[in-house]
Amino acid sequence: MRQFHLLFLTLLLCSIGLGLAAYKVNTLGLPLTASKQAEVWNVEARVSFKAKPDSGVKVSLPLPFNPSGYTILNEDFVGANYGLATEQDEGGRVALWAKRRAQGKQLLFYRAIIFENDEKVADSSKIPSYPAVPNYPENFLPVIQGLLDKSRQQSADTLSFAQQVIQQLNATAPAPELKLLIEHINTSKNLAKEISWILAGARIPARVIQGLRLQDGKRYSELEAWVQVHDGKQWRTLNTKDGQEGLPANFVIWQISDQKAFSVEGGTEVSLQFSVAKALRELVDVAESRAVLKGSRIMEFSLYSLPVQTQNVYKILLMIPLGAFVVVLMRNLVGVKTFGTFMPVLIGLAFRETELVWGLTLFCLIVGLGLLLRAYVEQLKLLLIPRLASVLTMVVLLMAGTSVVMHKLGFEMGLSVALFPMVIMTMTIERMSLTWEEAGPVEAFKQGAGSLLVATIGYLVMNIDALQHLLFVFPELLLVVLAVTILFGRYSGYRLTELWRFRALAKR
Amino acid sequence: MFSTWLNLKHAGVIGMNRRNADFILRYNERSLYPLVDDKLRTKQLAIAAGISVPQLYGVIEIEHDIANLPNIVQNYKDFVIKPAHGSGGNGIAVIIGRINERFQYNNGSLLTEEELEYHISNILSGMYSLGGQPDQALIEYRVEFDPLFESVSYRGVPDIRTIVFRGIPVAAMVRLPTRLSDGKANLHQGAVGAGIDLNSGVTTRAVWQNRPIDIHPDTGSAISGLAIPHWNKLLTLAAQCYELVGLGYLGVDVVLDHELGPLVLELNARPGLSIQIANGKGMEKRLEYIDRLNEIPEKAQDRAALAQSLFKAEN
Repeated sequence: MRQFHLLFLTLLLCSIGLGLAAYKVNTLGLPLTASKQAEVWNVEARVSFKAKPDSGVKVSLPLPFNPSGYTILNEDFVGANYGLATEQDEGGRVALWAKRRAQGKQLLFYRAIIFENDEKVADSSKIPSYPAVPNYPENFLPVIQGLLDKSRQQSADTLSFAQQVIQQLNATAPAPELKLLIEHINTSKNLAKEISWILAGARIPARVIQGLRLQDGKRYSELEAWVQVHDGKQWRTLNTKDGQEGLPANFVIWQISDQKAFSVEGGTEVSLQFSVAKALRELVDVAESRAVLKGSRIMEFSLYSLPVQTQNVYKILLMIPLGAFVVVLMRNLVGVKTFGTFMPVLIGLAFRETELVWGLTLFCLIVGLGLLLRAYVEQLKLLLIPRLASVLTMVVLLMAGTSVVMHKLGFEMGLSVALFPMVIMTMTIERMSLTWEEAGPVEAFKQGAGSLLVATIGYLVMNIDALQHLLFVFPELLLVVLAVTILFGRYSGYRLTELWRFRALAKR
Repeated sequence: MFSTWLNLKHAGVIGMNRRNADFILRYNERSLYPLVDDKLRTKQLAIAAGISVPQLYGVIEIEHDIANLPNIVQNYKDFVIKPAHGSGGNGIAVIIGRINERFQYNNGSLLTEEELEYHISNILSGMYSLGGQPDQALIEYRVEFDPLFESVSYRGVPDIRTIVFRGIPVAAMVRLPTRLSDGKANLHQGAVGAGIDLNSGVTTRAVWQNRPIDIHPDTGSAISGLAIPHWNKLLTLAAQCYELVGLGYLGVDVVLDHELGPLVLELNARPGLSIQIANGKGMEKRLEYIDRLNEIPEKAQDRAALAQSLFKAEN
């Protein structure tokens, strides 16, 4: 019954810990290893114009919204003293800047940090109704009719029909009757819009999407337009130049409809420019921003929400259970004797401030000197507490002396003895001298060496960066450590040192 | 290494983890520990229950009472001073006589009254107690051990350690001080441990420093084959200690006085496992057997007899 209970508990702890961690890795994309960086794109739209004197300024700039395959991690708007509003409806999203009075050259920015994700957003838009046939001007009507008829003959479905139309319009040697139409299109400078206008003649639902190719260091004076036709099931994207289907991989859609347009009221010499730059960001930051966007509250309660200084403290604190686990292994599985139960963990932590080799050297030096001085004080036959107090005083003096001497010799490491290690060293000297008295010097050195061994292993384990990162990002993994520790709590097999201790009994 | 593991398992040797997890944690209630950790309380309990212990001459509890020492010991030629919370025989001063106003230590050295008082003061300040808590000093009868052990001890007092599980003796050994152990009777401090056959009370074999030996390293006398006097009485005494403190897994240390016979010296709630080495035998089988027993005889005498009959066949 108790075994079952134990097993159940450990399984429960493990599954909670691993489950949470897996969720964080898979869904939120938290990195398993430290300092993993993610590529993000800084996209900027820059509006510049000259304000007309004595008139208000109103600028409307279409904005990207939930682009398929990308996540907008962060965006900000820069416009000195402009009132800003963003509007969003089925036609898309738009930023509206306004100012009652402006003078001279004006600059407005929209900046977004875009992160490529693997999720393709399912097209949720409704199946569009068939558009009415436009009233084509009389001189174009027969030409368009002919073009549509010809395309219909040479195609099988909506998609290939649209492709036919696009190819014919872009042909290097276009049919003579199309010349007038092509000229008309060239003057309007909006091929995509004209194509959808022509396709409407065959009652094919078509729309224009605009976006940017994400290429590091590129500048664009306008968004790139593509035509999308609806084949009854979904929107298919077509290149306006050759009718090829599909968007390039690095294309981020800015605007889906052309209902919202860029406009500047009360300004002249208007220019709109887009620029794209690649940047690296810590994957953790990215995941955090994404979690917020996804409405997951887990990251809100993560350790990252703490002030940086507290975060650093927790980076260390979260490693202590691992140190304690090392003590469990070393004592119950190996059978190493140590001073106190978790003193080695504390010594290991103290090594963090000095680095291992220096820590060990300083530690042995000061504890050794402390023991010598203590042996001298022993002859004075002092009462216990005053004796311990005098040992403490001497340890402080010793450490101060060591620091000064080391500094003079040019070893800056000698300075790293902080408050925390000092307390630990005093405690160690006390424990060691008590053991010395109670069980003799051999036992004292045995336990001293054991403590240092465990402290060293603990230090090495607690200093593994990958583990530090793992436990900080996934503190729930401590539940797994807890589960294993609990399991060891019922370990009743031999300790390794007992194999040696009882070796006489093992002979058969 | 793995074969050693299997061999130990096969020999039924109990390891530290096993002892803690399956016996001490299950049978020894933590709240009962003070009864055995405080030798004064153990002694008072034992006296009340009619169990023979070395006579208590006096207790010194506070620094001021140290001046009272001459009054306490004025009628006794020899005596022992020990900390109530000591462990491993530390802080025990054995005074064997007085020469010219000085106390003679059992190693021959002479102590002035002042030095002896300093020792007591150290005891009171907690130097020998677990965790350094303030302690008390007991002044009690010095056991003059049975002449049987004369030839196999080097100073100090040999004692007989019995492991009592659920009131039934499981294993016993006699611990003989050596020069190495400085008169102390702890195996890991260098004392000799000699296993005792529970049924007959005769020493079977001896171990010193983890090695089997036949003769005492200091005196050169044979160790095995010694018949412990008052053996049945001693076993019963050990079994009685179970009721005394209620600890299911108990170590009972008994000394044999040449006049008074077996006296309970102290009890231990976490007795060591070296007794297995001294006996050349693991305790697992016996412990598991007793663990499965549904009923335990009520009288200590019956339990001692049960142990003798149970484990006779094994040897």
